Amino acid sequence: MVSLDLLINAIVAGILLGGFYAAVTVGITISFGMLDIANIAQPAFILLGSYAAYMFNSSFGLDPILVGIVMLPVFYVIGMAVYRLYYYSFELRGEQAIQGLAFFFGLLFVAEVSLVLIFGVDYRFVEAPYTEGSLHLGMLNLPFRMLIPFIFSLIMIALLQLYLTRSFIGRAILAVSQDGLALQLMAASPIRIKQIAFGISVATCSLAGTFLIIIQPIEPSIGRDYIGRIFAICVLGGMTSFPGMVVAAMLIGIVESITATFYGPSWAPAVAFGFLLVTLAVRPAGLAGR
Amino acid sequence: MNAAPGSDGPLLAVSALGKRFGGFVALENIDLTIAAGERVGLIGPNGSGKSTLVNCLCGTLHNETGTVAFDGRPLDGLIAHERTRLGLARSFQLPKPFHSLNLIDNIRVPLLYTVNARPGHHLSDAQVEARCRELLHEVALADKARRLPRDLTQVEMRKLELARAVATQPRLLFADEAMAGLSPSEVEEIIAVLLRLNEQGITIVLIEHIMRAVMSFSTRLVVLVAGQKIADGMPQEVVRNPEVEKAYLGE
Amino acid sequence: MRIGVFWLVAAAVGLAVVVLTRFYFTNEYFFFAAYVVLQYIVLSTAWNILGGYTGYINFGTGAFFAIGAYSSVVLHKMPALLKTFDVVIPAIPLPVMILVGGVVSGIVGLGTGYLTLRLRGVFFAIATLALAVVVQTLIVNWDFVGGSRGIYMIRPPKAPLGGSYIQYLYTLMMVLSVISVGIARWIERSRLGLGFAAIRDDELAAEAGGVPTLRLKLIATTLSGALMGMAGAPLPYYVTYLEPASTFNLAYAVNSVAMPVIGGMTSWVGPVLGAILLGTIQQLATVTISSALNLLIVGLLLIAFVIIAPNGIVGLVQARRRRRAAAGEARAEQRAAA
Repeated sequence: MVSLDLLINAIVAGILLGGFYAAVTVGITISFGMLDIANIAQPAFILLGSYAAYMFNSSFGLDPILVGIVMLPVFYVIGMAVYRLYYYSFELRGEQAIQGLAFFFGLLFVAEVSLVLIFGVDYRFVEAPYTEGSLHLGMLNLPFRMLIPFIFSLIMIALLQLYLTRSFIGRAILAVSQDGLALQLMAASPIRIKQIAFGISVATCSLAGTFLIIIQPIEPSIGRDYIGRIFAICVLGGMTSFPGMVVAAMLIGIVESITATFYGPSWAPAVAFGFLLVTLAVRPAGLAGR
Repeated sequence: MNAAPGSDGPLLAVSALGKRFGGFVALENIDLTIAAGERVGLIGPNGSGKSTLVNCLCGTLHNETGTVAFDGRPLDGLIAHERTRLGLARSFQLPKPFHSLNLIDNIRVPLLYTVNARPGHHLSDAQVEARCRELLHEVALADKARRLPRDLTQVEMRKLELARAVATQPRLLFADEAMAGLSPSEVEEIIAVLLRLNEQGITIVLIEHIMRAVMSFSTRLVVLVAGQKIADGMPQEVVRNPEVEKAYLGE
Repeated sequence: MRIGVFWLVAAAVGLAVVVLTRFYFTNEYFFFAAYVVLQYIVLSTAWNILGGYTGYINFGTGAFFAIGAYSSVVLHKMPALLKTFDVVIPAIPLPVMILVGGVVSGIVGLGTGYLTLRLRGVFFAIATLALAVVVQTLIVNWDFVGGSRGIYMIRPPKAPLGGSYIQYLYTLMMVLSVISVGIARWIERSRLGLGFAAIRDDELAAEAGGVPTLRLKLIATTLSGALMGMAGAPLPYYVTYLEPASTFNLAYAVNSVAMPVIGGMTSWVGPVLGAILLGTIQQLATVTISSALNLLIVGLLLIAFVIIAPNGIVGLVQARRRRRAAAGEARAEQRAAA
């Protein structure tokens, strides 16, 4: 007999987790969904964000979310630099497929190994007022360490959505994602726009990484678990739609949470992969040869 | 060289073909019959659906409605390579050579996978090699047999593209804008190649914008505008059709 | 040279190396190290059939490799398990385990391919990344093969062919190397290989040209996965203590990508060259520097080569030869004109 209390809390935890997953995925929605760049190194950037929060939190006691916000410009610049390298090495030469993927894989790998060398394989965590304790609403138990990232994730995504739909550059990004040629005719350089967009996609990792280390302790190999998740969410959410992405993220979050509660947490990574396969098998029409 | 038509009916029979992309209707209710041996010109403004139609007929895209029959045989459910093996070939608007293979191998691939994949007599290695050279010779590329596609000029790429399509021993060939961006003398070259192919028994559908070429080449003209067929008949009559004049008449 | 001759030459070379090394090297360490290098020859060659020849990149080498290793564990424990049901079977010999490992991995490759290969190559690559995580999750949760604690595998007391058991494993891996290189070379010159190349260069044009692209891609994934599984099958006897963390070590994934990329992806030579070069360097280096630093260097080399020399060492040599030939022609023309 399934305990209703347990089930409802699992679902709620899944929703909170989903909000965080959406923050982790929004960068890929921009770089892969809109710009068609398969940045499989995204988890590496997220982990960098986590370790940055860890460093400043453990050495100076700074609030991790504050660190995440302050580091946004740094990650933005890193993102732009990575795109430049990618563009000159691959897009320009017209050889995107295999070399581009190998490049990002190399980045992912080098990042993980570097983190192992610098920080070791021990779990790291941050300390803040909201990493302990929870909010009790009747039978609902909402841990702060999940609630706070959930709230900030949704704020971040909402702000990004506003930026993309209201600002000039934001709309240029949306235009580029649909038709690079049209943008050239508008005398705006698609390369500059793509650079900015990619920079933004990496910048989101600064905050997403912070949220990650608030939710759970981290160590370098965690990144691998996230690859299946973020691409599954991006594809399931329709590739370019933020609202779709949020819904997909919550769906995966809920299923993972229920699986973890009733079957044990070690099965969670398999859930996302299952989703990915099902999505790819069921929605191929929108994905084949974009 | 090419098998004679097996039935008395039309070579290609398209009935009520429709294709949409999400909410956008790219093709609507297209009827088209093509008899063996014809030279059909397919024209229409940019975005009218010409390439989409070719893609649907060749199996690269899937049409939601309508039927297509080739030599009496329905093509529904057959994917691109199966249709090519039945005898429907196409050249691509933007040439898509196999860039890491030399010209001979570029011809060899379609040859091996169509002629040598059909039931019946298969060519030996020596025969395949000879046939590849023969095809390159027909488009005047024999001396560049061992070169790579990136060493070719624009018109040479177009000819390679046609040669690859011909290697599949097609009964029907869709030449998709094979002359875009070429000089008048180069256009003449391509037309000469296509006429020669037609004399050898290949039915040709020419999708093109260059009106001079289309008018001189075609025995019949079909006009597509905004996904619909608005004219189909003798070239002289079609261009005088007021609807065609209104919707589209390039120079 | 014709393919039959190639097989003979390859087999002869393999045999010669095995015989000579067994005479000259009395220190067991050589065979431990050589086993790893040979294993990478198989992994790189297998990877390249799908990657370099067909253009579809596989990041989940670890999954296929581990499937081979763990299927050996299952077969190793089979006799004891069946005995509890009063069914008696003899201990299963390693070559049979290798074949079974290959079959299981091949089926997984076929399945992954079937689900993802109708889409763009990117989705296949992502699926292989996720596959590695999933297979690891499954193994970690499966107590029969030891779960996360790992399992001890006792080597049989006597090695066939005389010599030590490690020498036996080394010889088996040499056989697998010869087989995989032979298969790769055969593919290169065959109609299948031409079809692979066409898919790699322009899949749409290949399909329009009559190439059954999905079928060929599935053949490539199955074959590649099977060879990787075979390379992993002897692993439990090599390490004697098998546990998921090291079996799924990213070293396999990155090396099987880096070695063909650095060696050169267009022919069988590249992966062999890359495996021998990088494999030997890593074996020498693990004594002096940490394995993490080791892998970091491999990763950086991968990135560097992908950006600067995407055709690998073989590509650089070929480019130099072409330049020399062109320069020679130019000089000859000058002399003729003068």
